[in-house]
Amino acid sequence: MGIDLSLIWAVIIGFGVMMYVVMDGFDLGIGILFPFVKSEGERNVMMNTVAPVWDGNETWLVLGGAALFGAFPLAYAVVLSALYLPLIFMLLGLIFRGVAFEFRFKAKAAKRHIWDKAFIGGSLTATFFQGVALGAYIDGFEVVDRVYVGGSLGWLTPFSLFCGLALIAAYALLGCTWLIMKTNGRLQQQMHDMARPLVFVLLGVTGIVSIWTPLAHTDIAERWFSLPNIFWFMPVPVLVLLCTWALLRAVARNANYMPFLLTLTLIFLGYSGLGISLWPNIIPPSISIWEAAAPPQSQGFILVGALFIIPFILMYTAWSYYVFRGKVTEEDGYH
Amino acid sequence: MFGLEALDLARIQFAFTISFHIVFPAITIGLASYLAVLEGMWLKTGQEVYRDLYHFWAKIFAVNFGMGVVSGLVMAYQFGTNWSAFSDFAGAVTGPLLTYEVLTAFFLEAGFLGVMLFGWNRVGPGLHFFSTVMVAVGTLISTFWILASNSWMHTPQGFEIIDGRVIPVDWFAVVFNPSFPYRLAHMATAAFLSTAFFVGASAAWHLLRGRDNPAIRKMLSMAMWMALIVAPIQAVIGDFHGLNTLKYQPAKIAAIEGHWENHGDEPTPLILFGWPDMEREETRFKVEIPALGSLILTHSLDKQVPALKEFAKEDRPNSTIVFWTFRIMVGLGMLMILTGLWGLWARARGTLFQSRPLLHLAVWMGPSGIIALLAGWYTTEIGRQPWVVYGLMRTADASSGHSFAQMSLTLVLFVVVYFALFGAGIGYMLRLVRKGPVTDEGKEVAEGGPGQKRTPSRPLSAADEGLEDGHTDSLDERN
Repeated sequence: MGIDLSLIWAVIIGFGVMMYVVMDGFDLGIGILFPFVKSEGERNVMMNTVAPVWDGNETWLVLGGAALFGAFPLAYAVVLSALYLPLIFMLLGLIFRGVAFEFRFKAKAAKRHIWDKAFIGGSLTATFFQGVALGAYIDGFEVVDRVYVGGSLGWLTPFSLFCGLALIAAYALLGCTWLIMKTNGRLQQQMHDMARPLVFVLLGVTGIVSIWTPLAHTDIAERWFSLPNIFWFMPVPVLVLLCTWALLRAVARNANYMPFLLTLTLIFLGYSGLGISLWPNIIPPSISIWEAAAPPQSQGFILVGALFIIPFILMYTAWSYYVFRGKVTEEDGYH
Repeated sequence: MFGLEALDLARIQFAFTISFHIVFPAITIGLASYLAVLEGMWLKTGQEVYRDLYHFWAKIFAVNFGMGVVSGLVMAYQFGTNWSAFSDFAGAVTGPLLTYEVLTAFFLEAGFLGVMLFGWNRVGPGLHFFSTVMVAVGTLISTFWILASNSWMHTPQGFEIIDGRVIPVDWFAVVFNPSFPYRLAHMATAAFLSTAFFVGASAAWHLLRGRDNPAIRKMLSMAMWMALIVAPIQAVIGDFHGLNTLKYQPAKIAAIEGHWENHGDEPTPLILFGWPDMEREETRFKVEIPALGSLILTHSLDKQVPALKEFAKEDRPNSTIVFWTFRIMVGLGMLMILTGLWGLWARARGTLFQSRPLLHLAVWMGPSGIIALLAGWYTTEIGRQPWVVYGLMRTADASSGHSFAQMSLTLVLFVVVYFALFGAGIGYMLRLVRKGPVTDEGKEVAEGGPGQKRTPSRPLSAADEGLEDGHTDSLDERN
């Protein structure tokens, strides 16, 4: 069969994870920014900007997990067991925040602060451990005979912890620029004021991660600085700088949509940098998508369903964002 | 601690998270079909009571669906995090089946759930009914996939083993493995019964408090018909399922019966009660009826039922547990049949809505379906031990091998978080139930969902009731 099913599935899962990062990124970011906004009314607006869509955003996370199991069971087994604690913490954070999201609207005013705290705590926990998991993924896994042997705290490195913090900065900026786009008045102004320092923080942590990654991982360094790869990779940092510059300008002129779109571009660039650094390995540092693949009869079997259903989910997603386009004010109640 | 090892903790963790999770999908399956019937009856008869009930249960359905999605998040990851050796060994078969289950569930959410929950005023009655039916069918398709996966682990076929791993050869054989039809029928019917008793208990609770309207009466009446007709059917399905298990997993049957050895040619007795002791290899304090075991399980008086001692010690499931979980399930099933018969008798005498003893029984039977369902799952899952994929992989070889410390930490976290959050969720559902169906509820449905007006279509936003009494906060008013 001439079709490379593993490649197709790697693209589908890669796409799904990116959809997740982009979409759940800004709604986790709102939880991270919650402590900086004190007014009850403005907090409601923040929630309401994502209320219609947040649960759909997490769809991609479940889909990613299930598709990984179906298409690359070895990667599912090794990566998930190696990242046991950070993933469990992340999932618990997400559950907490999901339930808090719903019940905050239904709680009495006097008790709402409990759900607020659960929302903030859940968002921070989920984001931090997602970043830690990402960092540990870049660090790679020690595998012998298809089994992870790196120990229960193998994920715990200074690099992975730093990635946790970096992701908090990234999601905070996504949330911040999302709110610039979706709100107006005092809340939007406050977000405008926060955007600039957040951009610098993100630029700083991105720089550190970019320098740290090749220093700590010789195989990635080799990949980056060898010919012809360096030409493939070169545009990424240049584009990041360009994008950051445009983002600062957009914030300075109080633009509505550009800051969010440019932040999305930044996230996308970071994601593609990650892809270039790891491709085609699905279990870094050395197990490729083809080695971790399920047999073609399994990958082919689920491809039928995926090709039918994923476009449907995409249409639905696009449609719900379209319905809820525009600014959200305190009069809107989307709960 | 308590002689537990990391593996035991991994099993407890799986049992805990899936037990919490399964309750929500079971009610989702049952309520979805119930709602489809209600809407169908409303369209057919035009009686407003059906429409009012539809809107009342749709809200509870929505909250329940939301809880199912959130608790399902963990399940999609748990096979990899906790059972990586299993995922690598059998992932080529169970992975795609799980993928299909998730795809079906999201297809539903993306497609029809929004219309069903929020489209009452926005689409025509035909399209709305179609959406409800699709949601009901979809929950059953989701069940189909996950039970195919589970059943394959009990009675694997349609595969070969290459390089120490399972490779699917024939998907049709994989999906329609020998125990699958029985398990699917048994589980789907259990979901219907759980829902019927939940609905019946809600109605009885209101009637006992003097709240009486046509919708509440209709709820009770429908639930009692379900109990009368479906509970006996479930017993028959269960019997077939048992015979299937006898054929493919005889050790499980021996453990369920607490039956240690056959003597000569004498037919196997049925032990009603007793205490199977795994160490002493006997069932202590037993009360038994001669030959009844053979009669029930082989439908004859000369054949014998396999005994536990015929299996090596390391291949025996824990009889102490499954002996009792099975009896809890069967006992509750019998009570359900009894409730149905009593309901029929009261109906014939015209006292269905007045008989306080019957109403009290109906309230107490409210959780019976769920408890029986859990007990049944414990029986089948503990009864297939020590295998995770029957005859192919032992549970002890399936885990990720996390340390005792890690497993205890995460287990404690799961227990705390689940009880706090899903406790709140279940509490909220019961609160909606306590409010009861209101006459003409359907005439003033909340605006929302798909359509021009910008309103959300998240499941939980379909329920607009506050978490506590005396709720007057303006923030909670819908626009």
